[in-house]
Amino acid sequence: MSIIQINNLSKSFGDNLIWSDLTFDITEGETLAVIGQSGCGKSVLMKHLNALLHPDTGEVFIDGKNVFELKYMELRQLRQRFGVLFQGSALFDSINCFENVAFPLRFFTDYSEERIRNEVHEAFKLVQLSGIDDQPTASLSGGMRKRLALARAIILRPDFLLYDEPTSGLDPVFSNEINELINELADNLEITSIVITHDMHSVLRIADKIIFLDEQKLSWFGTKEELKTVNHPRLERFVRASEYQI
Amino acid sequence: MYVFRDLGRYSLLLFKAFRSLPEFAMYRKNLLNELVKTGWESIPITVVTGVFTGAVMTLQTAYQLVSAFVPKSAVGAVVSQSLIIELAAVIPSLVLAGKVGARIATELGNMRVTEQIDALESMGLNSVTFLVLPRTIAGLLMFPLLYIIASATGILGGMASGYFTDLLPVADYLKGAREFFFPQDVAFGIVKSFVFGYLITSISAFKGYYASGGAEGVGKATTQATVLSCVCILFADFILAYLLL
Repeated sequence: MSIIQINNLSKSFGDNLIWSDLTFDITEGETLAVIGQSGCGKSVLMKHLNALLHPDTGEVFIDGKNVFELKYMELRQLRQRFGVLFQGSALFDSINCFENVAFPLRFFTDYSEERIRNEVHEAFKLVQLSGIDDQPTASLSGGMRKRLALARAIILRPDFLLYDEPTSGLDPVFSNEINELINELADNLEITSIVITHDMHSVLRIADKIIFLDEQKLSWFGTKEELKTVNHPRLERFVRASEYQI
Repeated sequence: MYVFRDLGRYSLLLFKAFRSLPEFAMYRKNLLNELVKTGWESIPITVVTGVFTGAVMTLQTAYQLVSAFVPKSAVGAVVSQSLIIELAAVIPSLVLAGKVGARIATELGNMRVTEQIDALESMGLNSVTFLVLPRTIAGLLMFPLLYIIASATGILGGMASGYFTDLLPVADYLKGAREFFFPQDVAFGIVKSFVFGYLITSISAFKGYYASGGAEGVGKATTQATVLSCVCILFADFILAYLLL
């Protein structure tokens, strides 16, 4: 059953058309990978799903409600159902690692201090972090920052997880670990995931469905299996450039 | 065109900030942090500015005024009144535009370019209420207090300057200061500092909140915040003097 529906979405910044007429849907519990060259508007698309950006035309329906027509308070409630892993992790550098993950709990729950501590440590365990409670976020490596950001993204047990380039800037070992984490979170927490990436290695490990954004439109949409038999020169070139054979 | 666009965005940002005042209780811890950063941490520079402004005022006024026909107490009157009406509000505010304004613009600018503001919004928090409102309220509350500190330390600095340079006995200085002390002048200074505090914090928050373009963009936003705050202080000072004196 479709839980997110995108209808005829178009976006431009000034005279610069990013993409037009995107239409696709996402089924509950599946992992969708959005691929395409740098600058093709993948992150812009992601920011439309929770209405951080508004389109020129088109609609995004979540549970049958158009997110761009929600009142501000309704929109804020909807956003609490999303966990977002930003490309640069977007950790709050004025507070330590523990407080970063505890941050949403302090604002959106009335949990006791003890329960907050337990929840945060549980999230740390899920992303395989430990002993970093009092550390400033600036002291963490790239991979640890991604995991910490992931712990913060899942702390409220969201229905949807948006990943913006989750493996960018990481070495292959860390990338694999992040891919495993994405799979584990999708399976264990039954989260619907949207992953923005141009890392085909990631795509083939985590995605159920794939969208290829190219030439300012949705150029291809299908499953991982369909990708293996696709006849689409530009997509094939994109995949081959990633050193993968379909 | 850009001036009108920015003016519109600035007004809209502050409208959003103050409209969300009822939900501010949720973010009150932020206000406490900002009161400390804007007020408490600005006391040393305010004291230094106040003391030296008063000290220099005394030397210059004594140089210009003291003669056989002008009593020495006139120096105390001129210095203290100038400080209370004008200098203790304007000069520390110009200095604090560099300290408080630059800090606010840099903090918010960095948060913008590293997607921390997007992260707040994507969590369902109101980033304007969370970031802009506490900083602006802290400016409104703390600048009048800093003005009082600058006035007091300025008057003391002027007195010390007269005493240590043998230009003016303490008794004469205080006599003049007391004779020409009018409470409404203090009220006028408080109104000024209230307005200056609002201008510095809101302009800097606006410039930082809408910063773009990485480190260079943050630097540009910070420079613009400081320069624009200073220009607005001078302009507002003129308007307030015209309206209130």
